[in-house]
Amino acid sequence: MRVDLEIIQDWIAPGSRVLDVGCGDGTLMQHLQKHKQVTGYGLEINSSLITQCVRNGVNVIEQDLDSKGLGNFKDNSFDVVVMTQALQALRQPDLMLDEMLRLGKECIITFPNFGHWSCRYYLTRKGRMPMSKSLPYTWYNTPNIHLCTFKDFEALCHQKDIYILNRTVVDRDHRHRWFNKMWPNLLGEIAIYRVSH
Amino acid sequence: MPETLPANSVGLVTPQTLQFNEPLNLQGGKVLPSYELIYETYGQLNAQSSNAVLICHALSGHHHAAGYNSMDDKKPGWWDSCIGPGKPIDTNHFFVVCLNNLGGCNGSTGPVSINPETGKLYGPDFPIVTVKDWVQSQACLADKLGIKQWAAIIGGSLGGMQALQWSIDFPDRVRHAVIIASTSKLTAQNIAFNEVARKAITSDPHFYEGRFYEHNTIPKKGLMLARMVGHITYLSDASMGEKFGRETRNKAFGFNFDAEFEVEKYLNYQGERFSENFDANTYLLMTRALDYFDPAADFDGSLEQAFRKCLSKFLVISFSTDWRFSPERSEKIVDAMVEAGKDVSYAEIDAPHGHDAFLIPTPRYTELFTAYMEKVARECQGGSQ
Repeated sequence: MRVDLEIIQDWIAPGSRVLDVGCGDGTLMQHLQKHKQVTGYGLEINSSLITQCVRNGVNVIEQDLDSKGLGNFKDNSFDVVVMTQALQALRQPDLMLDEMLRLGKECIITFPNFGHWSCRYYLTRKGRMPMSKSLPYTWYNTPNIHLCTFKDFEALCHQKDIYILNRTVVDRDHRHRWFNKMWPNLLGEIAIYRVSH
Repeated sequence: MPETLPANSVGLVTPQTLQFNEPLNLQGGKVLPSYELIYETYGQLNAQSSNAVLICHALSGHHHAAGYNSMDDKKPGWWDSCIGPGKPIDTNHFFVVCLNNLGGCNGSTGPVSINPETGKLYGPDFPIVTVKDWVQSQACLADKLGIKQWAAIIGGSLGGMQALQWSIDFPDRVRHAVIIASTSKLTAQNIAFNEVARKAITSDPHFYEGRFYEHNTIPKKGLMLARMVGHITYLSDASMGEKFGRETRNKAFGFNFDAEFEVEKYLNYQGERFSENFDANTYLLMTRALDYFDPAADFDGSLEQAFRKCLSKFLVISFSTDWRFSPERSEKIVDAMVEAGKDVSYAEIDAPHGHDAFLIPTPRYTELFTAYMEKVARECQGGSQ
């Protein structure tokens, strides 16, 4: 099992009502339904991923987050709102964060760390926009239009009075490494945050 | 006429008719003392009776949804693209039932049936039936067929409204409801189009207040016009543009009002063919049933409250170019289902065909529909739950 799924699963109480924003093929929701008896929905825009969700037995709602936002959901309608690896691809990630916290008591967010040493090295040595296995795009075709570092994210949370309940850092294969914990913003590739108001 | 039947066809089918002698109390206050329903079935009902699927038809639809009634048929049933072995509604797994609704003109009791009280055709005296009434009558049909609970109830447009009403009125008799290109109520614009259609019919001098049968005539021009107006709302600007553009029959304009443009010719042909095969009183009834549909009305206008007691799971599908029942209307349904905490999946299919897209097997639509129905089929194998 992917470690990030395991970590997220540990942070979700059994029977929770969950909204997975940008749910992909529904792997996480399927996993949570099976192991945590959660109910809820995934939101997705990609048509083949939507079909995959249906195949996986996950409630999926087609929704363009950039144009529609989350305005169709009521305040506090979920226990947990999850967003994995999608924040950096949104047009207004800061407003999305507010919206997610409007819907859910807690939010779990994962995103790639642009402050990782390999990105810093790439930019410093080559003078080019970093590319790696976890960021395999060129600057002009990347969907990741709002990349940030862990420090950036935490500064945003601070500014918005958002509490960081947990933070775990993993590598791109979602493994824990001892050194990730020591210098997360330098050595961590992907962060998993649990936040609330 | 098919020389041989395609392998993925349900093949030759014969409609059946059932007589119901228990009076049906209609929403409008009248009572239908007895009635007949004509229906077709495809596939086999399993031993637990857990694999039955009901198909609800739209405005001008009927019971002949798939296969051929004879080797002389030019076309298969109206939803043959989706019903059959290996198709989204796979008859290898499901027992599929499709009926002609009350008030119809294809074999179920309606304006062209004999009124037992007078011995004459009902005509305009046939009571106005609603989506709710149809669902009641369909439940009576289910009883007679020994179907306690449908694995799924599926419908496009007006058919989707019946699937919705079923899930509200008979929560424990529906496991899945598939609502395609539909809406929870008509808008003023929708009602306006219906009124134009009705006015076209009722103002035809051959209408005779609906008693045209007694005059051995039909309000052909009115019915034609009604269909032409309706047909425009089923297509998109883009699909009409692509199909007809500004093509004309002759190179030079005739400087008269004959049908010169291809689109005119097409609409006239469609209208003409429809007027010869459809009953004017049925058309009036069906459009009224559309106008009146509003399941939230019984719940102080709250669609969310209407869905509260539903036990079924839902799949809602809309089409990007459908302006009759636009994606926003489906999203309203989905939002209310989410608020009510129901299991629902929703997709907006990018298709150029307008409202008619629900009848056209575009790849994404077919894949999604198939994926959902495969899940429904898997549940059937595990018994009735």
